[in-house]
Amino acid sequence: MTEITETTSWWQRLKQGLSKSTSALTQNITQLFTHRKLDQAALDELEDILIAADLGPATAAKLVADFAENRFGKDVTDSEVKDALAGQIEQLLQPAARPLVVDESKQPFVVLLVGVNGAGKTTTLGKMAAGWADQGKKVVLAAGDTFRAAAVAQLRVWGERAGCPVFTAPEGSDAAALAYKALEHAKAQGADLLLIDTAGRLQNKQGLMDELAKIKRVLQKIDASAPHATLLVLDATGGQNAHSQVKAFREMVAVDGLIVTKLDGSARGGVVVGLAEQYKLPIVAVGVGETIDDLKPFDPREYARALMGVEG
Amino acid sequence: MFDGLTGKLGGIFDRLKKRGALSEADVAAALREVRVALLEADVALPVVKDFITKVQEKAVGESVLRSVTPGQQVIKIVHDELVALLGGQLTDSLPHTNPPTIILMVGLQGSGKTTTSGKLAKRFIEKERKKVLLASLDTRRPAAQEQLEILAKQVGAGSLPIIPGQLPLDIIARALSAAKLEGYDILILDTAGRLAIDEELMSEIAAVKAKAQPHDVLLVADAMTGQDAVNVAKAFHDRVAVTGIVLTRVDGDARGGAALSMRQITGQPIKWLGVGEKMGGLEPFHPDRLAGRILGMGDVVSMVERAMETIDKDEAEKMAAKFQSGGAFTLEDMLGQMRQIKRMGGMSGLMNFLPGVAKIKDQLAKANVNENMIARQEAIILSMTKAERRDPELIKARRKQRIAAGSGTEVSEVNKLLKQYEQMRDMMKQMQKMQKSGGFGSLLGKLPPGLMPGGFGR
Ligand SMILES: Nc1nc2c(ncn2[C@@H]2O[C@H](COP(=O)(O)OP(=O)(O)OP(=O)(O)O)[C@@H](O)[C@H]2O)c(=O)[nH]1
Ligand SMILES: Nc1nc2c(ncn2[C@@H]2O[C@H](COP(=O)(O)OP(=O)(O)OP(=O)(O)O)[C@@H](O)[C@H]2O)c(=O)[nH]1
Ligand SMILES: [Mg+2]
Ligand SMILES: [Mg+2]
Repeated sequence: MTEITETTSWWQRLKQGLSKSTSALTQNITQLFTHRKLDQAALDELEDILIAADLGPATAAKLVADFAENRFGKDVTDSEVKDALAGQIEQLLQPAARPLVVDESKQPFVVLLVGVNGAGKTTTLGKMAAGWADQGKKVVLAAGDTFRAAAVAQLRVWGERAGCPVFTAPEGSDAAALAYKALEHAKAQGADLLLIDTAGRLQNKQGLMDELAKIKRVLQKIDASAPHATLLVLDATGGQNAHSQVKAFREMVAVDGLIVTKLDGSARGGVVVGLAEQYKLPIVAVGVGETIDDLKPFDPREYARALMGVEG
Repeated sequence: MFDGLTGKLGGIFDRLKKRGALSEADVAAALREVRVALLEADVALPVVKDFITKVQEKAVGESVLRSVTPGQQVIKIVHDELVALLGGQLTDSLPHTNPPTIILMVGLQGSGKTTTSGKLAKRFIEKERKKVLLASLDTRRPAAQEQLEILAKQVGAGSLPIIPGQLPLDIIARALSAAKLEGYDILILDTAGRLAIDEELMSEIAAVKAKAQPHDVLLVADAMTGQDAVNVAKAFHDRVAVTGIVLTRVDGDARGGAALSMRQITGQPIKWLGVGEKMGGLEPFHPDRLAGRILGMGDVVSMVERAMETIDKDEAEKMAAKFQSGGAFTLEDMLGQMRQIKRMGGMSGLMNFLPGVAKIKDQLAKANVNENMIARQEAIILSMTKAERRDPELIKARRKQRIAAGSGTEVSEVNKLLKQYEQMRDMMKQMQKMQKSGGFGSLLGKLPPGLMPGGFGR
């Protein structure tokens, strides 16, 4: 059993990204609570701050209501507010902090990356491949996006960077057929892992969603337990539509975990707080940049504290 | 994409409509729900607040409270405010300049810049007979330049030859001289995606703009964007003075509130909507259509455009006349509608255009409606007598049994159909009223006469 290992302090990087975006947030809170009673107006403002971080109106309201319990009307300090809220968010996210565990009895262990267009699937796949290749695993990549212009060429570059072979088919070929052949090939090569990229698809397009189910079906003709991990890639820039994405992709291909990308931007990806609670899905990794080592394990404590601007 | 919001507001105002007069408390309660709906639709918080304040001020006026149909007045106020927020009429997409007209595409990673560059080229080539050159300044993303080159070939645009390792500013120089030398009308410059807080890359894009001197700077943003839309719009607008917004992935089910946010922050128009991955998936933006969708009236104009292509013209004219003279919606109209639906590519394609679409969609999903179901419903109506079709009140228990037997269905299905019919009839009445009061009619008024499709504008 292996995990994606932590190389540099991802928290430092994440914090760098988040610090710019949270400065406004933390400034607000600082102004809000330095010398103040926790009254309704204060709570409303607090709720607004969470909404502005994409937690969504429902989750924000719930967090604030929980927070107000036992504290309402009391004198509260800035740091108490931040600590307590960070603690609450951390608690919500704690069950989601489960890295991807590779079952080594599967030869190969098949990972399928799915998600809407432009979420970061191909880039994440390249980063994951590099991580496992560094651990001495034999990794094969499959260019399952047979639709988008230059998608194969893009994955080839990532294959070179990670030092992994890329199994391809010409643009316009059947994605399921490619996945099938790639698994056959990876098996014959004695690969430890097969990582399959897929074309971006919007969750309301039934035809494209059916194609995913088909990819899964054909893989199971070779290995009834494949794919061993189906991961949904979510863009932190996105707002509440992530709920619809998780729902639809889960229904179609039984998603095993989430990867949240672009957390190095000013978007906070706060929607994952509600998602984690509602769907109990692990967040297996987070993307914090465009280079090969910008994929990090998800740490709920660091994430929550970075989100609230609490040090350490 | 605006379906969710449509459904939410539709639901809220349905409740308002059923009550007679509006109290201040009613308005406040409705607007609280509007607020939540807008937030769930990813409209940025400051924009939501602004909007609610404006609507509240207008809605709680005496005249509104005393009016006979206050619910409709509130809808109209919300509608008008949304239209105002989304922007006036569509501006000219292409500035008139000495060629080449230069368009710079900017935005976050993966927002759809490269794809939209190809789509714009296709549009300018096909609709405006222009000669278009595409050039990629994306030296960062793997295979980004190849991606644009492939798209250029697909749409028949010129493509600046790729020189590996050349820097963006040098590529611009080459693109400008190629465009001039080879007589291109339009030069579209695609750029690498960048984060709004990435100082280095934001300086780079500012330098790119300074060098290229584009006539149009299009900010390409995903319809799924959340609250960050405000930061993104502000940062890009500050650095490169955006002249227009392209909203991509409108073919998804995101509610697209980010469009409102970015429009508000930049003050620049939303010019284009990306509605698919293919090169044809680009539409000009129309604020009133969008506001109509948000308010549960459906995107009637698009629906009509689609309908025009397939509809039986005589039948359409008959229906239009009937609609305008205030005729009631009958089961026969419903039958005609079902047949039109089949002709027009089935339910899925059309649902996006129908008024109150989110609500209907939910109902359909719950009732497990699909194309098959339409065939069964058609059979039910066909098993009715002419008199029954004109006056469904006649259809009591006995007749229902006969109709069910005749159509090979169950009485429960007959009931369901009748219920659905009633809802559609009510919706049509609703729209006829609005047409008279000018809210919705102003939209219809823009259509050439006789183009209301049979059974659809309801
Ligand atoms: N800043 C940042 N950019 C990222 C991250 N992950 C991916 N990107 C960028 O986002 C853009 C889209 O990434 P892709 O990997 O091509 O996304 P995709 O989901 O494969 O896209 P499609 O295959 O077109 O659906 C690229 O410019 C990536 O470099 C991240 O964690 N941070
Ligand atoms: N469904 C749908 N997909 C779209 C639309 N516009 C773009 N896409 C898809 O979104 C993904 C990203 O599009 P790109 O054009 O590569 O995005 P980009 O902004 O150039 O990305 P970077 O260069 O990495 O920053 C691709 O899979 C496109 O096919 C749209 O309007 N609808
Ligand atoms: Mg990809
Ligand atoms: Mg691009």
